[in-house]
This record gives sequence, structure tokens and C-alpha cells, in this order.
Amino acid sequence: MRAATDLLELRPEGLYCPPAGVYIDPHRPVARAVVTHGHGDHCRPGSRALLATPETVAIAAARYGRDAFARAQALAPGETLQLGDATIRLVPAGHVLGSAQVVIEAHGRRAVVSGDYKRAPDPTCAPFEPVPCDLFVTEATFGLPVFRHPPVAEEIARLLASVAAHPERCHAIGAYALGKAQRLIAELRAAGWDRPIFLHGALVGLCRVYEREGVPLGPLEQVGSQGKALAGEIVLAPPGALNDRWARRLPDPVICAASGWMRVRQRAKQRGVELPLVVSDHADWEELTATILETQAETVWVTHGAEEALCHWCAGRGIDARPLALAGRGEEEAM
Amino acid sequence: MQPFAHLLEALVHTPRRTAKLELLKDYFRDTPDPDRGWALAALAGGLELPNLTPSVIRGVAEARVDPVLFRLSYDFVGDLAETTALIWPEPPTPPGPAPGLDEVVQTLQSATRSDRPGLLSALFDRLDASARFALIKLCTGGMRVGVSARLARTALAEGFGRPLERIEELWFVLEPPYADLFRWLEGGPEPEADLSLAFRPMMLANPIEGERLTTLAPADFAAETKWDGIRVQAVATETGRRLYSRTGEDLGPAFPDLLDAMSWRGCVDGELLIVEGGEVRPFADLQTRLGRKKVTAKMLAELPAHIRAYDLLHDGRRDLRALPYDARRARLARWAQAHGAPRLDLSAEIPFEDWPELAARRDAQRDEGEEGLMLKRRDAPYTGGRPIGPWWKWKRDPLTADCVLMYAQRGHGKRSSYYSDYTFGAWEETEDGPRLAPVGKAYSGFTDEELIELDRWVRANMTERFGPVRAVKPGLVLEVAFDALQASARHRSGLAMRFPRIKRIRWDKPIEEADRLETLRAMIPG
Repeated sequence: MRAATDLLELRPEGLYCPPAGVYIDPHRPVARAVVTHGHGDHCRPGSRALLATPETVAIAAARYGRDAFARAQALAPGETLQLGDATIRLVPAGHVLGSAQVVIEAHGRRAVVSGDYKRAPDPTCAPFEPVPCDLFVTEATFGLPVFRHPPVAEEIARLLASVAAHPERCHAIGAYALGKAQRLIAELRAAGWDRPIFLHGALVGLCRVYEREGVPLGPLEQVGSQGKALAGEIVLAPPGALNDRWARRLPDPVICAASGWMRVRQRAKQRGVELPLVVSDHADWEELTATILETQAETVWVTHGAEEALCHWCAGRGIDARPLALAGRGEEEAM
Repeated sequence: MQPFAHLLEALVHTPRRTAKLELLKDYFRDTPDPDRGWALAALAGGLELPNLTPSVIRGVAEARVDPVLFRLSYDFVGDLAETTALIWPEPPTPPGPAPGLDEVVQTLQSATRSDRPGLLSALFDRLDASARFALIKLCTGGMRVGVSARLARTALAEGFGRPLERIEELWFVLEPPYADLFRWLEGGPEPEADLSLAFRPMMLANPIEGERLTTLAPADFAAETKWDGIRVQAVATETGRRLYSRTGEDLGPAFPDLLDAMSWRGCVDGELLIVEGGEVRPFADLQTRLGRKKVTAKMLAELPAHIRAYDLLHDGRRDLRALPYDARRARLARWAQAHGAPRLDLSAEIPFEDWPELAARRDAQRDEGEEGLMLKRRDAPYTGGRPIGPWWKWKRDPLTADCVLMYAQRGHGKRSSYYSDYTFGAWEETEDGPRLAPVGKAYSGFTDEELIELDRWVRANMTERFGPVRAVKPGLVLEVAFDALQASARHRSGLAMRFPRIKRIRWDKPIEEADRLETLRAMIPG
């Protein structure tokens, strides 16, 4: 029997699975790509064949157009696909709509590539399911014990308290266009905020995709030219737009940011954020370490983030761990 | 502790002064004694707690957390207090209710050195991350939330409707946690206090221009030099000696040489200068002595501090503030004669018949340390604050230079979407031909409309980024006004500008015609 580490190897194009002949989240165009989710640093256009969940296929088409991949194949969670000597399954990762772990079985071994994931509940996507395996490839965006994400309801309550306290200002939240924006909207709805939520144009398309995929978001409007009339309202925009000219149309905005990095005060201050909201779509330290134990993996490869700390933690528990230097991955949430 | 922690957190993320004031007012109104008094002391810099060194805090943290994980986290976060606050493993159920600020302060004040780590650890277990951070900052000093002592006192004045001047007078004789102060603020009797050593709110001047001046009668005013140092108030009584800044901060610890020399009785208003052999040294020399906790003997010998007296508020116990300026001035002259030299002298009155004569005098000022002229109504009493009419400052016309815009950076608060901070340079001759050398940075002097145009120009001409700084293609000349140029070893250009601001945007001027570095260097006096 071969070792579990024979199931995956690192090539210049990205993580490659020799028995199946596919790349997982390649950062350059390849013949066949399995993609965990629709974020730009995982899902890049140009590969000939794309294999992903139906939701991720829809998101990729919305972001890059129908022609970005010559052939796109949807694999629903629960279905199995035989590729070469390997079978492939996609299992929910709880990160954003359509996000999945890639489960590869070959030579009697099982490897799981987590993609990005979180364990906290999220009304906009299916929850993470731990899969016991021999080799677990985990993300580590927040792989330091200083990161402990509070319950999202607490952060939404702080936001709504600030909205109530400043009726003459608008609250402009910097949020990533895929996932974070829709999760915030859904959590605001769950907290009883039923007024229209106002969107920067860059967020509109993906919100439509979510609604078509069955995630209700309530009344949404584009900010457009009605900026100054938005006192007392909640506006969502890509973080970059809030520190730039676009934000000048808003009435005295309270600049908010929703990100796991907001737990570090100095980071929030550097970015000129007045109301930092600690809301993350990535696992925090407790979730990362608990998940590694649940998979019972003997070998753990740690990708993008604070690899060193998580590898040190694994070593202390007799788990063989090493950092996997994937190119092109950075602080996606810090944008 | 929790409300105080939330206050700090809100303050650090709130850039606007008015919004900070609202947060402080709410806190002081809603928080009971003595917690709010300790908070006031912490914010205004008057809270004395045993100083905990970084190594003690680190030791407490590493007793609970894997040191490798702590080090990696510290590398990422970059602040020991925040790393410790965030990484602390909270017990599933806290061993007790969250302590109030009073309990925390009492615990730390009564702790022996060997008790401190254990007590700190026990407090951490009962607090959340935000409150742990606040606690560590209390112990290490320096809240760094953008609140000055003056702002904290202003919040008290506005929040409780009491005059700021009176609060400032009382401030230096009251002790944390200020129970008697809050009792008075909430309508009770004024605290009984010996105010002989207290700060007296200073009288400040408004700026005036040549045109406006001609509407005033020259005979009503006395003129003197506006010295370029730091306005101070020096008080000495049988019980002590104090040196206050314009806002009532205690400057004494940085100027022991002056305190030693204050063997008189009374309260004098003057300019703090470095004077060596009768010559006023550049402002930069004074700056090196400011804010020092320890002053070296070398510094005391090389940069002797001096007071040039403007006014006399108390002669012995007698309060002179209600007297007209002329009467106070006459007493000051006699008083300085008796108590001056070598560390105190009189700022000489400048006799003049009419405004043109005085203007000529002002234009002739080229010495270092002279910022312009002060005009004081001869019949005016000394009143704290900035009343309009009795005192005017008539600053020297600024110097100007045509410089080339080199770098731009975004501003803060309302200006965070605009490139509003500009670094500009002058031409320097090098072996490879002329090259721009940065000479200063300005972020004022232009109108809102001009800011929009400048912002647009910067965005259209960016070439490189260095963190938040954007380099622009040389192409725009700015006429820069400044009060003085001084030699500086710290800058590549060898000079430092005082109070630079943008006077005009020279859209019309070719960059080749901007000023040369030698031209600027020639403006350095001496």
C-alpha cells in the first residue's frame, strides 16, 4: 500500500493529484482543475476543464463569464466521480456558498483538501462536515491563538446599536463581494433589520447569484446616485471603495469593516476603521485545532496563513505537519 | 472595568474631537464614583500604579501559553499588551465577576512586587480581551487613545456645565479619584483647596493683519516681541514651585534648572527659551529638552533654560490679574529687577508712535527666536482664554519658496479619501545634473476646492507607492509659506521648515523655475 502523501504533490501550477490527474485550486491555467470555492485566489479563469459544486460553477460563470472554462462540470455534494485511479467527492466546507472540501481516495488512502473553511454557523451556506482521513491539507489564515472570533450575533448587535446611536450618519461596511457581503445581509435579516440594504455596484451580481441559488437576502438596492439620502441606512461596499472617492457620495459615513483581522486593534486603526466588526469566514484558532483532531489525520499540510504556529501545535501532539508554500495566496480578507 | 475598556476601544477608533468628547461626557455622567475618577486620572495621566515591565507581563502570559505560540503571535500583532490580552486562555467559567476599575486599582496599588504576577493572572481570568488590554495599558502607562488631559477636562466642563477655567485651576491640587471634584460638578460645594500653586488659565492673543491694525489707536497699545519658544507660567510659593505649559501641563520635571532658580514668590507669565550667553537659541534646541524624564548634566550645561517674562499674575500672595496691563507691567519691571538674572529677564517693551513705525520694526526682525510682535491693550485686565480685543499677535510675514510636489499621502478623518498631505522639494545640483531634494511637508493652506483639484492631479500623476505614500511625476509647483528655516542634520536637504503651508498652487509655473536648495539654505539665519 502506498503512502497517503502519494495522493498529492506540489507543482509550479499548484497542488496536484497524480492518481486523478487533476490540480486543486491551481493558480495558473491547467488542463483539469478541481476548485474548492469561487474566491479569486482559488478559482482562476482559463483552465480547460473545471470541476466544482453546482453553486461554485454558477459563481465562476457570474464572475468570469460562461467562456472562462472550456468545460465546467458540476459535482453535487454526496456524488462520487471516478477520475483515473482515484475517486473524488466534494464535501461542504462552510466558507461561502458552494465551498467544498475535496476528498480524494486512492490506493486505500484518503486525503482531504479543506480549501477555506469555518465551523461557525452561516445561514448562506452548508455547514462544514469533518471527514476522517490520512492526510489533511488545511488552511491557516487565522492560525495564531490570538484569533478567536466572537459569535456573529454579538457583532451584528454592536453594528445595530451604532446605527441607532447615529441616525444622521450612514454605516458603510467594507465586505468582500463573495460570501462576506451575503452573510452579513443574512445575519442582519436574522437580527430583524428589514429595511433595504444598499449595495456598491460590485456586490450586486453575486447577491443575485445567491438569491437564484436559494439564499433569500431581502430588499436590496444599489447606492447609485442616491448617496446623500442614506442617513440611517446600512451600505455594503468592497473595502477598497470605502477609503476612496466612491465613499464621498455617502452622508458622513461610519466606516466599518467586517473581517477576522479586526480583532487586532492596530490593524483596524491603520485602515481608518471607526467600527471594526470581527466577522470572519475562516476558521479561528480553536476551530483549526479542533478540526485537525476530528479528522484524525496522521499527516497535516498547512497552507496560506500562519503555518508555523499550527505546525508547532501539531508537532506537540505527535501529528506530522509541514507548511505547504502555495504561491499567490495572501490576506484575502485584508483587502 | 468593562465600561472603561469599551470607552478606550471606542476612543481609539474615533478620530474626531467632537465625537471623542461625546464618548467622554457619556462615560463621566453614567459611571459611578470612584471608577470614573480613576478613569479620569488614567486618561489625564495622573494615575500612579506600580509600573509593570514588559518582562513581567510576558512572564505572566508565558506561564499560561506555549512560549513559541506567544512569540509567533507577538511577531504578528506587534504589541505586547494586545498580544497578551488576545491570547489569554479564558477559563470556561470565570472564577468571579468582572472586577470594577476601583477594585483593579486598589489591588495593584497594594500589591507587593512578588504578588503582582499572581494578582495580574487572577484579574485576567475575570476579564474579557478588551478589559485585559485596558488593564495592561493602565499598568504600563500611556493610553494612546488620542485624549489629552485638556480634552478630558473639557469633557467634564461641557458634560456638567461648569467653567473649564475653574476646573483647570482646581485640577493640580486635587487627587485621584477626584470624588470632591465630581461632587462639585454634580451640583455640590466647590472643593476646598489651596490654589496658590495652581495653574491660572492663560490669556491668549488673536492674530491680526496689517489692514485691521489701522483701525486701532496706537496709543492704546503696548508692543513687545513675540518670542519663539514655549509660553509658560511659573509659580513659586513657600510650599512649592511649578512650571506649567499653556494648557496647564506640568513641565517642571524636564526643567529642574529653572525650578532651582525660582527662589522668588509669585506667578509669572513668560516665554520659555534656551538662552546661552545672552543669545536665544533656535527652537529646535528647546525641543530637545522637552518631554525628557531625565535631563543629563550635559544638557543642563549646554542648553540652559530661561524665562523671558511677559506678565505678572501674582506678586507674592497678591493677585494682580484685575489690574490694567500698564499697572501689572510696572510691577513686573520692578519685580524682574529684584528677582531676575540669570534665569529670568523682562521682555522689553518696544516704544512706537504709529503703525508704520512698528511695521518697519517688525519687518526688520530676522533673528532667530523672534516670531513677530505682540500688541496688548494698556487698560486690559488679565483674563484667561482668548478674548477678542485686548491682545493681538502680529506675526512676521512668512517666508516663501516655490517648490515641486514630490510625494502625497491621504489624510485622516474627513480627508481619508483625499491625497491631502504633500511633500515637496527644491532643486539640488548634483554631478548628474539637477535633482529634487525634499524640503518639507504641508497639509494646510488650500481651500476645499483646491484640495479637490490637487487630489485629482495626484491621482493622475502617481508613479510609485511606498506603503501609504505615493510618489508623483514632478510637474506641479507649490508656493510654500513658512515661518522660518533652520539648519537640520536630520534631513537630507540639511534644513527644516517651521510651519510650512501651501500658499498658492502655481499651475502656471514650469518646474524648472522652482527654487534651488542653495536659495533656501541662504534663508537660514546666522
